[in-house]
Amino acid sequence: MPDRIRVASGQGFWGDWQEAPKLQVRRGPIDYLMLDYLAEITMSILQKQKERDPSAGYARDFVPLMAELAPDLVEKGIRVCSNAGGVNPEGCREALVEALAGTSLFRPLRIATVAGDDLSDRLDDLLAAGHELRNMETGEPLAAVRDRVQSANAYLGAAPIVEALEGGADVVITGRSTDTALTYAPMMHELGWGAEDWDRIAAGIVAGHINECGAQAAGGNTLYDWRSVDLVEPGYPIVEMDEDGSFVVTKHPDLGGRVTWATVTEQLVYEMGDPTEYITPDAIADFTTIRLSDEGGDRVRVSGVEGRPRTDRLKVSIAYHAGWKATGTLTYAWPDALDKARRADEVLRGRLAGLGLSFDEIRTEFVGAGACHGPRLAGPPAPDLPEVELRVSVRGPERDPVERFTREIAPLILAGPPSVTGFAGGRPRVQEVMAYWPALVDRNVVERDVRVEIVEAGA
Amino acid sequence: MKVQLREVAFARSGDKGDTANVGVIAMTDSVYPILVKEVRADRVKEHFRGVCRGEVERFELPNLGALNFLLHESLGGGGTVSLMLDAQGKTFSTAMLRLEVEVPDEVVEEARAARARDGRSA
Repeated sequence: MPDRIRVASGQGFWGDWQEAPKLQVRRGPIDYLMLDYLAEITMSILQKQKERDPSAGYARDFVPLMAELAPDLVEKGIRVCSNAGGVNPEGCREALVEALAGTSLFRPLRIATVAGDDLSDRLDDLLAAGHELRNMETGEPLAAVRDRVQSANAYLGAAPIVEALEGGADVVITGRSTDTALTYAPMMHELGWGAEDWDRIAAGIVAGHINECGAQAAGGNTLYDWRSVDLVEPGYPIVEMDEDGSFVVTKHPDLGGRVTWATVTEQLVYEMGDPTEYITPDAIADFTTIRLSDEGGDRVRVSGVEGRPRTDRLKVSIAYHAGWKATGTLTYAWPDALDKARRADEVLRGRLAGLGLSFDEIRTEFVGAGACHGPRLAGPPAPDLPEVELRVSVRGPERDPVERFTREIAPLILAGPPSVTGFAGGRPRVQEVMAYWPALVDRNVVERDVRVEIVEAGA
Repeated sequence: MKVQLREVAFARSGDKGDTANVGVIAMTDSVYPILVKEVRADRVKEHFRGVCRGEVERFELPNLGALNFLLHESLGGGGTVSLMLDAQGKTFSTAMLRLEVEVPDEVVEEARAARARDGRSA
């Protein structure tokens, strides 16, 4: 059993930099590569794709990436943990097996899938059995929106990933695993941590939180000293975890990016709730126990992390249909750019009212004149802005009025205030609104149906 | 002296549903107690009036020299429901750093020196 393993971060979301995982594998030593593709709302998008095409519903970018990296993985013994499976881990695996069909590898690649997080077909049974799946924020029972639910997935913990690794998997494809488990499951497996080793697992959770947003822990998005960080070819974070639960955050030395106390702290507070209870399926981590020590040379030591026992419930991520929306933009030029944009907004709203269209919300923002921080905090705009972008959005329960709105942007070009441009993109797109419904469910009703399967490919 | 928070601290923000989180990090050890004293939840609520419609909660992380704020009901419904340009509250970090705080002169000097020292020029 090793006393230290290196878990590298390669993707922080679906759409992240495609070169990052390749650089992690090829530009220095690592043992594991974690790839996080799933944001809260991603599952509902994938569910829609699967409805249109039963073989879809996973992060498609993952397949060519793995096919390209497979020879490196096999040769170097690097293993991959990813939630790229989305709502169809088996479909993702089939696509990968197919992509590897013509590849001759030094030995076959063992691909594991984790199933059992998808509760969409079981919702009525769960509700009938008295699991109310109340919204964690509002307290409302799920019955209120049951007929509009698009997807429902429990956040699974490390256990099935550890099982897959014990079974010899090179690549583990999960659905809705908790993001942090992709980092700490390999630690539990390699370092012999027990399922009730709360402090060590909590340390793994902190490591997972650092890894799960890709470059964000390694100089990406840093406010502290952003001017002097080389972000052309950033090194994504790598966690070197010791058996005792202390670890170093670093990156490959010949890549850009930066790892300092500041970049790591910025990521630690990102999307934080109550820092004394960071809840995962495997333990609760207390972020107020973290001790950081910047050793210089892009190495930050993390120690002292304390944890508490896991709870007997799992979080469920439910997405439900909540109407339609669209956003239209036009750009107005100097002079009096803001006044022109304001007048255009008045004209537009007058026409929408004239058409008898009503929406749950109409929102107007003036980009360049306080759209990010709000006009009050941003202060009065400069009197002579070179240009202002008018951004008008609507949302409502019916598709037709939103569709009608999208036809009212272009007319402003000729039948509106002057010196306007920026309509090259064409008519705005109507988007379906998916609302998020976080709930809790007893873990035993989910975990008894979790299954791990391993196949071989690319012999 | 009275300075904007950005002179002595930096920040990162994100979202959880309709709640924005803003982590504010002291540039030096001597700044942290000033943050605890000056950047109170009620001041942050007032700072974000018109944006934050719900409660503001504050959590202390003395181990990291940081404060974490939860700004409830701030993201126009959150997720894909929101019509806001910044639906994920990514720029709440710098909005927070506009807050004016009273900081002893020597603490401001220390923070400026620390940033200058850490700024390994490219």
